[in-house]
Amino acid sequence: MTALDAGPRTEDAGAPPPVRPRRSRTAWLGSDRFLAVATPVLVLVLWEALAQVGIIDTRFFPAPSAIVVRGVEMLASGELVEHTWVSVRRLLIAILIGGVPALLLGLAMGLSRKLRAALDPIIAATYPVPKSAIFPLFLLVFGLGEASKIAVVAVGVFYPIAVNTVAGVREIAPIYHDVGTNFGARRWQVFRTIAFPGALPLILTGFNLAFGMALMLLVVAEMLGAKSGLGFLIWNSWQTFQVENMYVGLVVISLLGFLFALLVKGLEGVLVPWRKR
Amino acid sequence: MANKTVTADLPPPAPTSPSERIHVRELVKTFTRRGSEVTAVDRLDLQIRTGEFFVIVGPSGCGKTTLLRMLAGLETPSGGVIDIAEPGGDLPAHSMIFQGDSIFPWMTVWDNAAYGLTMRRRPKAEIREIVGHYLDKTGLTRFARSYPHELSGGMRQRVSIARAFSNDPDILLMDEPFSALDEQNKTLLQDELLRIWDETKKTVVFITHSVDEAVTMGDRVMVMTSRPGRVKKIVDVPFERPREVLELRAQPEYGELIHEIWGSLRSEVLEAQEREQLASLRGRS
Ligand SMILES: Nc1ncnc2c1ncn2[C@@H]1O[C@H](COP(=O)(O)OP(=O)(O)O)[C@@H](O)[C@H]1O
Ligand SMILES: [Mg+2]
Repeated sequence: MTALDAGPRTEDAGAPPPVRPRRSRTAWLGSDRFLAVATPVLVLVLWEALAQVGIIDTRFFPAPSAIVVRGVEMLASGELVEHTWVSVRRLLIAILIGGVPALLLGLAMGLSRKLRAALDPIIAATYPVPKSAIFPLFLLVFGLGEASKIAVVAVGVFYPIAVNTVAGVREIAPIYHDVGTNFGARRWQVFRTIAFPGALPLILTGFNLAFGMALMLLVVAEMLGAKSGLGFLIWNSWQTFQVENMYVGLVVISLLGFLFALLVKGLEGVLVPWRKR
Repeated sequence: MANKTVTADLPPPAPTSPSERIHVRELVKTFTRRGSEVTAVDRLDLQIRTGEFFVIVGPSGCGKTTLLRMLAGLETPSGGVIDIAEPGGDLPAHSMIFQGDSIFPWMTVWDNAAYGLTMRRRPKAEIREIVGHYLDKTGLTRFARSYPHELSGGMRQRVSIARAFSNDPDILLMDEPFSALDEQNKTLLQDELLRIWDETKKTVVFITHSVDEAVTMGDRVMVMTSRPGRVKKIVDVPFERPREVLELRAQPEYGELIHEIWGSLRSEVLEAQEREQLASLRGRS
């Protein structure tokens, strides 16, 4: 009985191939991808030129080439790898410690009106507090070791993930809960087969936001209370007036952010294959 | 017999014959919305026999879905009694085919169809066999690994049917399962459903707003009044089974039955329309 709608909608096989409008030879100059690459390259070239000619003060804005050279030196000495690894380790541990409870609590709150009633006010009241403002408190409680840095980042990660997870669960159409009830899904099965997969797109958005928050807090924490990590590298370079080193730290941080965004995008393709794109 | 809901001033449940599967008495459902009360179902009495294909027709908004959701335990009655005889063994009491899209977008066709069995933790081999059988019956085998967004509306509806049948419930509750489909797909799926039903002979409660569909599928057809929903009339459909949709429609008795049911439905539909127009006029002013 598949004669009438046999399969995913396919294009009419008998139709002539679509006629593409002919594009002019310079059309690629206006393409999105070209612009995305060209703009930063142009900025760098301009910066380099201005620095070489001496129009901008290289004490504050060293030439990109000088930053690259310094970066390579720092890589070779192992200094850069050391700082980066320390920061990445803190980030990963904090995302785990803050993210997993946020995810579970978010799912539970999304499913339970009672739990939302009990916890929404607390979350709403503490969400706007800049998490960097509680770092001194964490220094008092956890001391100067790893724990204080990880704790403040974990708290920062917690909020966007929890809030987005709740929103993701709430956005699931009620009919899917009815299906769960009707087919005898128990509480944990509802968690696993409806709430989590249904909320997953927004959960991933939450993780993306959380990582931005995490980077920011980590750098602040490392500037104020650490002897290692990218935040420390930047702060220390500033204090010793090694401006190129400072820029190298900045570049690595922006690379980290970029890589994580790519990772989440890749995860989305794997975990949410059902999303129309 | 399990008493789902009992209100104080009703007589004790009447002794029911073993062939009776669902017994509804004085069922009432009232919704409160923005302060005003809407009675969706009003003192409705109903008996459905074991193995019967029972069809409910009525104008839109008359309370058909509400009635079915109460039978499924998804909505709590405001009054009255629903008795549903417990199935023997460990079969689930009922599975619903919902109105509109209800299959999980995040699961493949296979996982959707296997949902009930998976939730009941049936053995893997059993799930494979049963789900394979019904995907085959509904012509979905080739799409077992597809996601719903890759399918047409008709195919998604078939997944919903495969999901309900795979669960092997005692009673099937179907809420306008074909109303979103075009005429050709609808006819094909009706045939398909009749064939699967002939194999299983399950008790079916089937909602539709199409008189044609009611007469094609049902053993008995209940006409509901416009809101609040009550029983207006119950009509026997004498056609033999197995039925074949097109053959059936060629018979003269078919036309007569349609005529009879339409006759009693018509005034209800008109009343419902009038009310809708009034409501929209009031909404605008
Ligand atoms: N959850 C609800 N809250 C308030 N009113 C509802 C709700 N569900 C249904 N109704 C109202 O009850 C009436 C019957 O609805 P429904 O059972 O869906 O009708 P049908 O399925 O026959 O079209 C309608 O007037 C509808 O607006
Ligand atoms: Mg309905």
